[in-house]
Amino acid sequence: MSNSLDSYLILSGLLFAVGTFGFLARRNAISMLMSIELMLNAVNLTIIAFGAFEPALHTQASVIALLVIAVAAAEATVGLAIVMAIYRNRKTPLVDEYDAMKE
Amino acid sequence: MPIGDTLPFTAIRWDDILFVALAVTVLGSALLVVTMRDIIRCGLAMILCFASLAGIYVVLGNPLVAAAQVLVYIGAISVLVLFAIMLTQTKNAPTRLVFQTQAVAAAVAAATIGVVIMATVLATTWPAGSSRVWTSTSDIATMLFSQYVLPFEAVSVLLTAAVVGGVLLARREPAARDEDRP
Repeated sequence: MSNSLDSYLILSGLLFAVGTFGFLARRNAISMLMSIELMLNAVNLTIIAFGAFEPALHTQASVIALLVIAVAAAEATVGLAIVMAIYRNRKTPLVDEYDAMKE
Repeated sequence: MPIGDTLPFTAIRWDDILFVALAVTVLGSALLVVTMRDIIRCGLAMILCFASLAGIYVVLGNPLVAAAQVLVYIGAISVLVLFAIMLTQTKNAPTRLVFQTQAVAAAVAAATIGVVIMATVLATTWPAGSSRVWTSTSDIATMLFSQYVLPFEAVSVLLTAAVVGGVLLARREPAARDEDRP
């Protein structure tokens, strides 16, 4: 089981689906950011799995995964800074109360 | 005493046991992250999820990425998220509604995505080897600093820009503070 590519791809697909659900369903902005991190990790797992099983992608996949991790760190920094900036103005972390642009 | 490839007296491989245990931990803690009411516990479950993913990278034979996962995700991103949670949490937040009103539709959409990905994976014959190979760290280093040196530098510039942008977004403007004063 640990020697077949399918099991890793299915695991990452399920992790991505869980992250999608969290992003669509949670009310807290930071919960949504955590769900985005779950989805990024699922994509990274796919890249690493393909790299481990496909000889032509062997080292490239690891390099790409490291670059993805760095970009994810940048995304988390900016995303959390935006949440903090909105929280300072609106005094709530719940996204369905951010309705200033509705009317 | 060296232990063999398989569990004693059975044909079950140690790799498989590790993979199943880590996969169950990953999915279980990910479900806890998206469903638990107390958001601090969600953050702690997220750390568990990242740690078991690092274990899966080791099972896949990629120790460098596993180390980077522990350093960056557990050491940096999780701590950042926990700080943001503690700065934005209000007393009555955990008692209020956790999900939006469209939670059922979101569950249907997520289940559809999961089923479609699983069906695609199972229906495709991947042109890949039948067993995984250990990735050597020195190969990664050679490739990162020769062929991929331009993306590497671009990422370092991006990280600097993100840090500057984060500070700029999160800081309080001095002018606005003066207006608040009576």
